[in-house]
Amino acid sequence: MAAHTAVMSMSKILNPFWGGRLGHTVKVRLVIMYEMLILQPPPAKYGGRHTVTLIPGDGIGPELLNHVREVFRFSCVPVDFEVVHVNSALESEDDINDAITAIRRNGVALKGNIETKHTMAPSVKSRNNLLRTSLDLYANVMHCQSLPGVQTRHKNIDIMIIRENTEGEYSSLEHESVTGVVESLKIITRNNSLRIADYAFRLAREKGRKRVTAVHKANIMKLGDGLFLQCCREVASDYPDITFDSMIVDNTTMQLVSNPQQFDVMVMPNLYGNVVSNVCAGLVGGPGLVPGANYGRDYAVFETATRNTGKSIAQRNIANPTAMLLASCMMLDHLKLYGYASMIRNAILTTMNETRLHTADIGGQGTTSDVVQSIMRIIQSKGPLISEL
Amino acid sequence: YKSTYIPPPARYGGRHTVTLIPGDGIGPELANHVCELFRFCCVPVDFEVVNVDSSMASEDDIDNAIMAIRRNGVALKGNIETNHNLPPSYKSRNNLLRTTLDLYANVMHCQSLPGVRTRHRNVDIVIIRENTEGEYSSLEHENVTGVVECLKIITKAKSLRIADYAFRTARAKGRRLVTAVHKANIMSLGDGLFLECCKEVASGYPEITFDSMIVDNTTMQLVCRPEQFDVMVMPNLYGNVVSNVCAGLVGGPGLVPGANYGEDYAVFETGTRNTGKSIANSNTANPTAMLLASCLLLDHLKLHAYASMIRRAVLSILTETQLHTADLGGKGSTSEVVQSVMNAVQSTGPQTLSI
Repeated sequence: MAAHTAVMSMSKILNPFWGGRLGHTVKVRLVIMYEMLILQPPPAKYGGRHTVTLIPGDGIGPELLNHVREVFRFSCVPVDFEVVHVNSALESEDDINDAITAIRRNGVALKGNIETKHTMAPSVKSRNNLLRTSLDLYANVMHCQSLPGVQTRHKNIDIMIIRENTEGEYSSLEHESVTGVVESLKIITRNNSLRIADYAFRLAREKGRKRVTAVHKANIMKLGDGLFLQCCREVASDYPDITFDSMIVDNTTMQLVSNPQQFDVMVMPNLYGNVVSNVCAGLVGGPGLVPGANYGRDYAVFETATRNTGKSIAQRNIANPTAMLLASCMMLDHLKLYGYASMIRNAILTTMNETRLHTADIGGQGTTSDVVQSIMRIIQSKGPLISEL
Repeated sequence: YKSTYIPPPARYGGRHTVTLIPGDGIGPELANHVCELFRFCCVPVDFEVVNVDSSMASEDDIDNAIMAIRRNGVALKGNIETNHNLPPSYKSRNNLLRTTLDLYANVMHCQSLPGVRTRHRNVDIVIIRENTEGEYSSLEHENVTGVVECLKIITKAKSLRIADYAFRTARAKGRRLVTAVHKANIMSLGDGLFLECCKEVASGYPEITFDSMIVDNTTMQLVCRPEQFDVMVMPNLYGNVVSNVCAGLVGGPGLVPGANYGEDYAVFETGTRNTGKSIANSNTANPTAMLLASCLLLDHLKLHAYASMIRRAVLSILTETQLHTADLGGKGSTSEVVQSVMNAVQSTGPQTLSI
């Protein structure tokens, strides 16, 4: 509260004299600081146990999330899951609104992908998209790292992708004013661009990264991506220890395929983020390996990075649980349960790299349950023995 | 009302006239090499050179170039730089050229070439990209300060046209599978319309399998298993990204030629449209893409013998690793490569004595 009043009085002092001269960026920076200090919802933690919303989704979601619950129960993680089902076949938005209310209540969620049926009317919006925009989860963060036990064509990849998650091409604003001519609007706003650029640079500084690359197509979309690029440059000027450069999206995808080791942290609008994150996921071994996180100011939702429903492999016990389990470790880190997070993460990486128990998507023959059993065995062998307690 | 009048070919005395737009960066030097090679091989093509200055705000230069292309019907061009420092009202010259001449189909054939070591093998993908609408309409406005709206236009007529072109090309080349790349789960009206048009056209080609894939999954599959793709058709922006990924898969921007076809005109250039400012005039650029583009040009002019002669020479030079340029990991220079191509043509061509 003291910090809050300090910021308020500081802005009152500064504005009358310097208001005009401070310029846009400082005013926005003050606004961002101010927003961060106003009411934070309390964590959903009672009796030492956290409550987390769980949205099973469709396809491989339900089975993978069952495995997550199994592993958590086995490792005695103090997390209780509040399961909310969202039926993608219904047109009404009640299901997804219930899920959103549950996430507002708990603050954190773990979700599987909810299918968007193409056969339904265009007015039925993508449920995943609705969730992200209603909760204002503006940053999608994906960390692609080459894992030593997975055979890939490229080695030593370590890229963090920060993607704007709420606007851009995903505004779902389309109309057909003239029959046969459809206009889709891609919205880029200054506030959201500054916000995501700020997030990217703060994250880069926190993790000790040296370089941030903005990906854009400003030679064609001059106003839109031009605005995004300008915002990134403005924010970059506040972080002199981090190098900032920019690259056009087509060149970026080509460089990613030839020479991915040159990239460090990348920040970009929504659609390019989608494409680039999928390319990077492919480079490190496929959709079954990379976890993703969606961060907003007050909420965080964790899922697999490439958001696949996996309908064709559902219920066959061949899906790769790594992505979902690593996402649950990211969730534990977010809840500050670092001990449990590293324990589970080490077990997953040991299974991947040392035991080399791989599922079909990375060229092995293991089943999902085999991998999960192996992870639990490793947790048991490395964890504290009951006789010692 | 579409005119059925087909303009006559610019061919007099057995020699064709082709517009040549050098462009910026590595464009001029590569265009010179093409002229050199054509002269050496006695190809009956005369080039009408039109320079376009990218630093001028007036559109006269590009209008002259467009008029020259209307006159000749065919062009070979380097990429014209779009300077970011000029105001947003200055449109991309390349884009202006494509939309004014209605070059609706961009065709890029990515093949793994022998002699070039890549991480992926057996790649053979034909990418057909809608070239005139989509995200490249250059229609943007800022009604409220700090909020920019870019319009992405998808029309039924153009989607049907590009789908038809894709299926006709697939049939002509004996291809079995056409994949439409889209993002209809998010842009349900726009890409949904594109997908519907592709499905309609597909029903007229029963021997060709048609399927569709979302663009994010497509790029991931391209990186893991590119052998599964055959012919791909897509709107403008996805086409840009996917064609660059495929160019990276087969060895880089210096190897793949691209062609832009319209109803009456055809313009040939490198597939990934790079200006290459950083390597301009240093004799290190890879001429393969531009030389193969000129072979596509000769095929279009129905000079198939010359086209295959030059193509054979270029591909045989590619197998010699000591001649690889810097982008393929070697130390060769552009002029060395072009010289070797000319030597290869000379050694395999008809001897003057025997004529």
